[in-house]
Amino acid sequence: MLHYLDAKRPAPQPTRRTFLKLSAGALGGLLVGAVLPQKGLADTASGAVVTPFVHITPDNRVIVLSKHLDKGQGTATGLATLVAEELDAAADQVEVEFAPSNPELYKNFLFGLQGTGGSTAMANSFDQYRQAGAVVRAMIVAAAASEWGVSAGDIAITNGVVSAGGNSATLGELSALAAAQEPPAEVTLKSPEDWVYIGKDFPRVELPMKTRGSVGLFGMDAQPEGGLVAVTARPPRFGATLASVDATAALALDGVEAVLEIPQGVVVVATNTWTAMQGREALVLDWAAGSGETRGTDALLAEFRAALDAPGLPSHPRGDAATKLAQAAQVIEAEYVFPYLAHAPMEPLDMTVLYDGQSATFWGGSQIQTLDHGTAAAVLGLDFPQITINTRWGGGSFGRRASPDGHLAAETAMIGKAWLDAGNTARPIKLVYSREDDIRGGYYRPMAVHRVRAGLDAEGNISGWEHRIVSQSIFTGTSFESFVVQDGVDHSTVEGISDTTYAIPDMHVDVHHPKVGVPTLWWRSVGHSHTAYVMETMMDELAIAAGRDPVEFRLAHLAGDARLASVLRLAAEKAGPTGPEGTHRGIAVHKSFNSYVAEIADVRIRDNGTVKVEKVTCGVDCGVPINPDNINAQIEGGLGYGLSAILREEITMVDGEVAQWNYPDYTPLRITDMPEVEVHIVRSDEAPTGIGEPGTPPIGPAVANAVFRATGTRIRELPFTRHGLA
Amino acid sequence: MQLMINGEPREIDANPDMPLLWVLRDELKMTGTKFGCGVASCGACTVHVNGEATRSCQALIGDLEGANVTTIEAIDTPAAKAIQAAWVELQVPQCGYCQSGQIMSASALLSETPKPSDDDIDAAMEGNLCRCATYARIRRAIHRAAEIMEA
Repeated sequence: MLHYLDAKRPAPQPTRRTFLKLSAGALGGLLVGAVLPQKGLADTASGAVVTPFVHITPDNRVIVLSKHLDKGQGTATGLATLVAEELDAAADQVEVEFAPSNPELYKNFLFGLQGTGGSTAMANSFDQYRQAGAVVRAMIVAAAASEWGVSAGDIAITNGVVSAGGNSATLGELSALAAAQEPPAEVTLKSPEDWVYIGKDFPRVELPMKTRGSVGLFGMDAQPEGGLVAVTARPPRFGATLASVDATAALALDGVEAVLEIPQGVVVVATNTWTAMQGREALVLDWAAGSGETRGTDALLAEFRAALDAPGLPSHPRGDAATKLAQAAQVIEAEYVFPYLAHAPMEPLDMTVLYDGQSATFWGGSQIQTLDHGTAAAVLGLDFPQITINTRWGGGSFGRRASPDGHLAAETAMIGKAWLDAGNTARPIKLVYSREDDIRGGYYRPMAVHRVRAGLDAEGNISGWEHRIVSQSIFTGTSFESFVVQDGVDHSTVEGISDTTYAIPDMHVDVHHPKVGVPTLWWRSVGHSHTAYVMETMMDELAIAAGRDPVEFRLAHLAGDARLASVLRLAAEKAGPTGPEGTHRGIAVHKSFNSYVAEIADVRIRDNGTVKVEKVTCGVDCGVPINPDNINAQIEGGLGYGLSAILREEITMVDGEVAQWNYPDYTPLRITDMPEVEVHIVRSDEAPTGIGEPGTPPIGPAVANAVFRATGTRIRELPFTRHGLA
Repeated sequence: MQLMINGEPREIDANPDMPLLWVLRDELKMTGTKFGCGVASCGACTVHVNGEATRSCQALIGDLEGANVTTIEAIDTPAAKAIQAAWVELQVPQCGYCQSGQIMSASALLSETPKPSDDDIDAAMEGNLCRCATYARIRRAIHRAAEIMEA
């Protein structure tokens, strides 16, 4: 059996030094130095302008190299918008390709390595990709000036057409000449009033392809010549070890090429996916009794609840919550239970490798290229330059295609190595997860238990707040630990609570991080996926106990957060006094990923007692709205994802084995449960912030608050199926 | 087996128990039809068999002798063209992975029911999952495609 060569060549570790804060508010009319590697390289063979971020080809295409993975959030289009804006390209001549793996050129400034996540793409790239467009624009202008003998100031570019006096040319016609120009040392970005694309609905660059089969886009569709397919039989319990395997029947199947043992499990390699899956069914596997995590979720929940009685590690304690609660006119106490959740993106995980002993090429929807690259190098004993990562479009992710341990790249590399070590000729091998592998494969949103005691003074204002959370740490032990974990507290467990902008001067939040053998991972909106639910249902309970209107009560406690207050006012005003007939209303407002979202849910209880969310009215402030229609889409999708989870999603385990297996029993939202969504965007001129995740946190509490109005029941244990409400 | 795929006669040499999904994707290298669940629960693999929306992950190739199969790569009925145009106009897809199946289901609905009600849409589309939750736009785009067809 092979062994994972852990840490032989550890993945590059991001450091605080590289954890650069972006300068906010740099919106335009800005003179920037050439802070970026923008050296133009004449491609003499093709006559194309080639810079790290933008290519202009003689056939008049503008190709933007996206350093971020686009897994549905419109990131590629966002970057194309920024380049097209400064270049004055025509929208329909802009294409996007994913940049190669190169952390020096393509690092995410917020991570210090190449990767996408945390709703950071636009915040990260707003200046960089506008600069990239401005640099190639200057090269085009210089080319036109020398060709036509005019001064640069007399040259205009409109919709991809360069003109001066009677001269006119396309960008492509000037590309060969432009490629010979020296890129400028500094560029001036447009002022916002001159924007033609930013703030408008730039059409998604890849949507025509996505209506015709997305041919060639996704990792799952990678089919290099001579390729094979691999599926892995993994342990039934997390961390369980293999006692024995009998592969005789699998190897006897026509089309099964090999059965390989790797640390992750037993791999069947076959000429096609179906045969690989048949081969896996035919394996006779014996897993060591009692190995791995043997606790079920009932046992874990009992342990988590018991931990609530002992003090945990404090997170930003302030004031004197205990005294205030002792003096409070009213105290509300509540416990909440949130289940493990699977991401379950529509494209199951996959990655393809071609490894020949000296070099390796990977294809897949890599979300943190640098970690995947480093992990593959460690497994294969190769240096960085010997590995090529071809990033494909992601068929959804919601966090799943990014893992700090690079486990998918590690397993794929292991398979490539085991195949070669078994004496086979190098061939591309695609590792495919079945839906069962995905649902049962761990890397879940962690289970979480909260206990809250919140007080009201005689005037009906919050006075004292104690809050204890028991949940596994996502970040401890990962390469991101130093960013997120302080004094033992994983900030992703408490985000949205201990850093709340509600005026709660006496607040004590503490945390227990139990050790459990179930791998956990960031799941769309990370900690906010449970913390917003607790905060915003508690705010609702407190408002009712105080006899105050839930909007007024929140606003009264938001004097220190004008932007959060403003989206709440906006949503409340647009939602009007009442929802559709027969509905009940719930509200929630939450800040996450530096964006502000209020959601007002109008909810009907069906005759069979289940919940139907009829309409959600949203107020959103994510800084400069680069693409309003895409913001609408992300809020629709983000709240749909959150609604899906609170209604029906949970992963449970019995004696350590996951009880769910596929979509019939891990049941995402369907069209019949999707509400009408109305999104109102604040026309902000602040720097752009996240939009992929911030729509998710408020929907759960908004719906739960509406359900309380409809039924008098507070739902504090999720999902709603546990209460006959879904 | 002999069958028609996208209007062309094809001779398929495969295990008769292999689902059509994997014949299309792995044998014929037609990847427009997607693998999502393998148990007919998500609809990503929807194709038309003799004009009917069918989950190709559960249609065994051995049962399809003489069938007429249409996939996302070639569908060009008036309904499909209207659906594809409405999908772009209303910017429906996000990640796009489920959208081949959504479009095949919606096209079949519109061919059968040129002016579908919301209930018709629910019934025809409930089997197609979208984790990006593009459902509100799918509904609007089907209504919009009905208008395009009528015009």
